[in-house]
Amino acid sequence: MFDINTLKEYSPIENKIYRVIDDEGKPVIKNWKPSLSNEEIVKSYQDLLFARTADMMAVSYQRQGRMFTYPPNLGQEAIHIAAGHVMQREDWLVPAFRELGAWLAKGVRLSEVFLYFRGHEDGSRFLDANRVLPVAVPISSQLLHASGIGYAMNYRDEEAAVFAFVGDGGTSEGDFHEALNFAAVWDAPVVFIIQNNQFAISVPLAKQTRSINLAVKGLAYGMDSVLVDGNDFFAMHDVLSFARQHVLENKRPILIEALTYRAGAHTTSDDPTKYRSSAEEEMWAQKDPAKRLKSWLVRKKLWNPADEEALIEQFRKKIDTEFDIAEHYPEYKLDDVFGYLYEELPDELKRQKNDYLNFLNSQGGQK
Amino acid sequence: MTVMNIVQAINEAMDLKLAEDKDVVVYGEDVGVEGGVFRVTEGLQQKHGEKRVFDSPLAESGIAGTALGMAISGLKPVIEMQFDGFSYPAMNQIISHISRFRNRTRGKYTVPLVIRIPYGGGINALEHHSESPEAYFGHTPGLKVVIPSTPYDAKGMLIAAIEDPDPVIYLEPKRIYRAIKQEVPDGKYTIPLGKAKLLSPGDDITVIAYGAMIREVQKAMVMAKEKGISVELIDLRSIWPIDRDTIGASVRKTGRGLIVTEAPQSYGPAAELISVIQEEAFLSLEAPPKRLTGFDTVIPLPLGEKHYMLSPQRIAFEIDKIMRY
Repeated sequence: MFDINTLKEYSPIENKIYRVIDDEGKPVIKNWKPSLSNEEIVKSYQDLLFARTADMMAVSYQRQGRMFTYPPNLGQEAIHIAAGHVMQREDWLVPAFRELGAWLAKGVRLSEVFLYFRGHEDGSRFLDANRVLPVAVPISSQLLHASGIGYAMNYRDEEAAVFAFVGDGGTSEGDFHEALNFAAVWDAPVVFIIQNNQFAISVPLAKQTRSINLAVKGLAYGMDSVLVDGNDFFAMHDVLSFARQHVLENKRPILIEALTYRAGAHTTSDDPTKYRSSAEEEMWAQKDPAKRLKSWLVRKKLWNPADEEALIEQFRKKIDTEFDIAEHYPEYKLDDVFGYLYEELPDELKRQKNDYLNFLNSQGGQK
Repeated sequence: MTVMNIVQAINEAMDLKLAEDKDVVVYGEDVGVEGGVFRVTEGLQQKHGEKRVFDSPLAESGIAGTALGMAISGLKPVIEMQFDGFSYPAMNQIISHISRFRNRTRGKYTVPLVIRIPYGGGINALEHHSESPEAYFGHTPGLKVVIPSTPYDAKGMLIAAIEDPDPVIYLEPKRIYRAIKQEVPDGKYTIPLGKAKLLSPGDDITVIAYGAMIREVQKAMVMAKEKGISVELIDLRSIWPIDRDTIGASVRKTGRGLIVTEAPQSYGPAAELISVIQEEAFLSLEAPPKRLTGFDTVIPLPLGEKHYMLSPQRIAFEIDKIMRY
């Protein structure tokens, strides 16, 4: 249970990290009890396993040359699964690009994710998902969209929160600061989540900031802020549940710094051995979010590790089916280039398209 | 009909849309209580309330980025960049998101917003207050970029821009904000975006200009007429898309073309217009189409602007040269 008093107790100025279970899945806070039912916790662990399996398979599809650049999520999944559990249908998800479990929870099809990273805009259609923005590549630029959506939610008196993600490197961008400030001034119901995975590609956090932590930056904007163990599913869930209620009831944004570690590469084009040690990677592997949640479940006799392999095998089949949809998606058409930039295709673009069609026809017909 | 200047016409367009459509919001720096540094939004907050017309924090990227967030969630923001030179911090939001969110999401999220920017030189201002950034916007796929030159067009084009389903950059020629008064119809009317306007027909040479340069060309036309030169003047009105039909028809008729813009020359709108002339009227040309533009220099501070800004004399000189080619 995380409430307003916990928020005060965990002021980022004290550099205190909200954590509920340790690396072995044992509770570290006296009298703490999960706010989720056993069934919900088991389901969350399964969701985490599914997202992790899909993520690892995405990396191997890329290695097989069946997908282009992909940003692995390994090690950060507890944040995504907790957010996915807390977000409601009417809430907005404003992602950066490394929140796979949260996208899936909001209804994004895995086949769409694969399609996007195979290089097709149709992967951002999100046919079944309500209020999810597409991947935002320019770092931190998406946070301003969240603040603007927050203004619109207030303007329309909608009871909907905005969940916006950014990484640790993103806190150096001007848009991060503008977004926090606008949201605070406008009393916008935005939950800003920094996934502090310690590296911005190769650049360690120490080269981004002299602040004692990243959450503390929110205080200067007059926002509530909290530092949380992002590899602790329960801690993340507690904080995010509180945050959603807090931003809606009190009409003010909140900043959450989730401490985590990117166990994989920045993207499939990156080689982390160039900038970090295997000792560091092993140290963080002890804090792996799946391992910790699983230990808690096993201790409570809610999970039998012997069943896991079969479950993952089942997931793999499902994931392969989703990938198959993406891999056999209809060929990219000329209308996919021209058809979506404006509501109505301007004459100038019709002319450019026709020039190209004439060329194609000269080559023996339209492709 | 009411006689008004461009400032009043723009104000009236926003006033009408605010009254008619509860999704329209107007914000930026100083646009609320003060009514804008040029008083373009004067009285709108008093009339429509602080929730709909308001002062935002002083951050242009923030203004543009939040407007995208509002637009995709159903509002129709009309935002102001206080001056041309202050729009640059918003470029990432404009180029990377506002212009292409519809495309990125295959039409799931659309961005019906208007970015108003007072632009151009000749007002004795500080640095960064006299720039002509239209080429940056015109070069960006996904935007519509328009510039009115009269109160009548200013009102009708702004209403059309607010009603447009896609993002529109609406550049306001601040030098002539109050220089021209004209009868403007009361109530709502729209002028289609993307259409140039034939301002005065002529036989010998087509001059294409827009914004504050129109008035300078009109003065030059008087001088040309004294020499017996009949000038056809086209107000481009839309930087993108370019109305190539109007331009092509005119130059095919006159056989000569001159583009007048105060923006720097290289890779500017004039270069684009000359390409259009080559493509549309090459076989009718009696002389190479020419461009008369700002220099590829920083626009000087006020004491030096006399060298940079295009005078009617200089325009007339250029017309004369083309006629004698």
